[in-house]
Amino acid sequence: MALPFASTSPNGATSGSPIGTGWHARFEGSHTVVVLAQDWRESDYDAGSGDHNAIFERPGTAALGFDSSGLGHWGSSLLAFLAVLRDAAQRRKIGFDEAGLPVAARRLLALVPGEPPVAAAQSAPAGFVERLGGSGIRIGAEVVAFATLLGEVVVGTGAALRRRARMRLVDLIDAMAEAGIGALPMVALVNGLVGGIVAFVGAVQLHRFGADVYIANLVGVAEVREMAPIMTGIVMAGRTGTAFAAEIASMRGSEEIDALRVTGIPILDFIVLPRVTALSTMMPLLYLYGAAIGIFGGFAVAVAMLNLSVASFMAHLQDAVSVREICFGLLKTLFFGGWIAIASCRIGLHAGRSSTDVGAAATAAAVSGIVGIIVIDGIFAVCANALGI
Amino acid sequence: MPSGSEVPGTAPAAVKLDVQGLSVGYGAKSIQHDVSFKVRTGSIFAIMGASGSGKSTVLKALIGLLTPSAGRVLFNGEDYFAQPEARRGEIGRCFGVLFQGGALWSSMTAIENVALPLEMFTTLSAVSINTLTQLKLSLVGLDTGRDALPADLSGGMRQRVGLARALALDPQMLFLDEPSAGLDPISARRFDDLIRELRDGFGITVVMVSHELASLFGICDDGVFLDAESRTVIAHGSPKLLRESCTHPLVQAFMKRELPPGEPTPGAAVDAPR
Repeated sequence: MALPFASTSPNGATSGSPIGTGWHARFEGSHTVVVLAQDWRESDYDAGSGDHNAIFERPGTAALGFDSSGLGHWGSSLLAFLAVLRDAAQRRKIGFDEAGLPVAARRLLALVPGEPPVAAAQSAPAGFVERLGGSGIRIGAEVVAFATLLGEVVVGTGAALRRRARMRLVDLIDAMAEAGIGALPMVALVNGLVGGIVAFVGAVQLHRFGADVYIANLVGVAEVREMAPIMTGIVMAGRTGTAFAAEIASMRGSEEIDALRVTGIPILDFIVLPRVTALSTMMPLLYLYGAAIGIFGGFAVAVAMLNLSVASFMAHLQDAVSVREICFGLLKTLFFGGWIAIASCRIGLHAGRSSTDVGAAATAAAVSGIVGIIVIDGIFAVCANALGI
Repeated sequence: MPSGSEVPGTAPAAVKLDVQGLSVGYGAKSIQHDVSFKVRTGSIFAIMGASGSGKSTVLKALIGLLTPSAGRVLFNGEDYFAQPEARRGEIGRCFGVLFQGGALWSSMTAIENVALPLEMFTTLSAVSINTLTQLKLSLVGLDTGRDALPADLSGGMRQRVGLARALALDPQMLFLDEPSAGLDPISARRFDDLIRELRDGFGITVVMVSHELASLFGICDDGVFLDAESRTVIAHGSPKLLRESCTHPLVQAFMKRELPPGEPTPGAAVDAPR
């Protein structure tokens, strides 16, 4: 006979009988009586479990009984222990006599079904080809869904302009204030610093060739064509795009979107259009603002670092930056704004319904917004080169 | 917890929770004042009242989520709000709370929801925690969906997981906020029976906020009635007793599901024969 807990031998256990903390077994003919003693607290369950199998190891055991006269306070740990014994007795076709247990424990034990439910079989992990195929299908579906939403937005904007869509003006103004005025400090800070950094790096290089005066060209072209659109876009993707996605995702979680659908209010008119319109109109304006601040930042650094007059900086700037360049930037940021808003709305509207999904939607919106901006910028750069802008 | 040598219910009726002159509110806005009652060990105590009477707010104060502006809450004779933060945390671990709708942690499966308190506050092995967690889910009758996220569970199942989570640390007291709200009559009845079984089995003291008359009459053996207008307790006693012998018109109307005297019945004029 195994002696699992021979070193701790309380409660007058007969030598050689199975024992655990809080219990020991006593053999009476063909019966095995489990004697329960002490307090059974939940935090002691590890100790209380002991070696259950030892109870059943004696050949010829017909029934399992209990003696709870020495039992102190008890809780679920005792119940868990009893449930394990009951299941083991059932498996071995040994009688389980509850009579010696406290009434309350018997009632609770009756609530616990026999064998614990078998965990659902884990499906085998998908192979590489399977995963690749799955990703392909998902990406394809996502492209179709995005194109559909884009088409709906274009049609919806047309309808709104003809005053046929039911977009509420107050929603549009709210979204514009949030995406426009609210973003001014952040856009100014980022663009001002980037303009200063471009000027700083440029000044060091140009000075080596004695080409100090061209710092205005460098800062002007860099800001107007690339830095201001991209930096403003990244700020807006991180700031407004994530806010759109998180807000819509949490509206989905609280069934507000379902309520809109059931009431017959088009999601496109109520949720998507105001945000897309607001961000696509505000982005070009923020770009102009950001570019101006960026050039000012570059100007401040240039004047401080190089021997340069304000007049010569302005003259070179006017020479380098044409209206066409600014229009190019405006067009680009219009697309940036549209992309950020549509992608964020799409992500929000298809998010899951739990609080984790709100966070996941915000992350996805930031990632897709920033990556999308870089890709669109690349496409514009190629087009501009081809068109000779 | 019951002792092995006694049958639950025969223990002397000690006071588990003693609420003395409790006043609660949000900021300057008072919700309830001078609320006093005693909850006997092993009883199922109802906090009753109309919607908006501050039942849930009083419950929030009892479980320590809201500091009362006046009054004391004695748990086993110990003034809860006079204790330092650490001791309050210890007392809090003797409480199990079932929030309205379950308030399950949405990023965790049903099993993980129940296991988390055990993982945080015991040193048990993963195997033992799993055994105890499965036991608790079995006790509340959740046989399927144990690995599902709360969003994928039905309202009744979420309620059961919430109850299992409240029972995770073998609490001495169980607080239930509208336990049968949103359940169909059969599920609500099963839930009531379950609460009574758990009380009888574990000897837990239960405080529940409810306005489900069937639940109140079915399982509650004591209670208070909160009034929204005078913002205090207007009746003490078990729901059955209040229905039988309380003379306050509002309590009578509530218990018999009638309109308070003097209030016109909507649609009465239309229904009346012309």
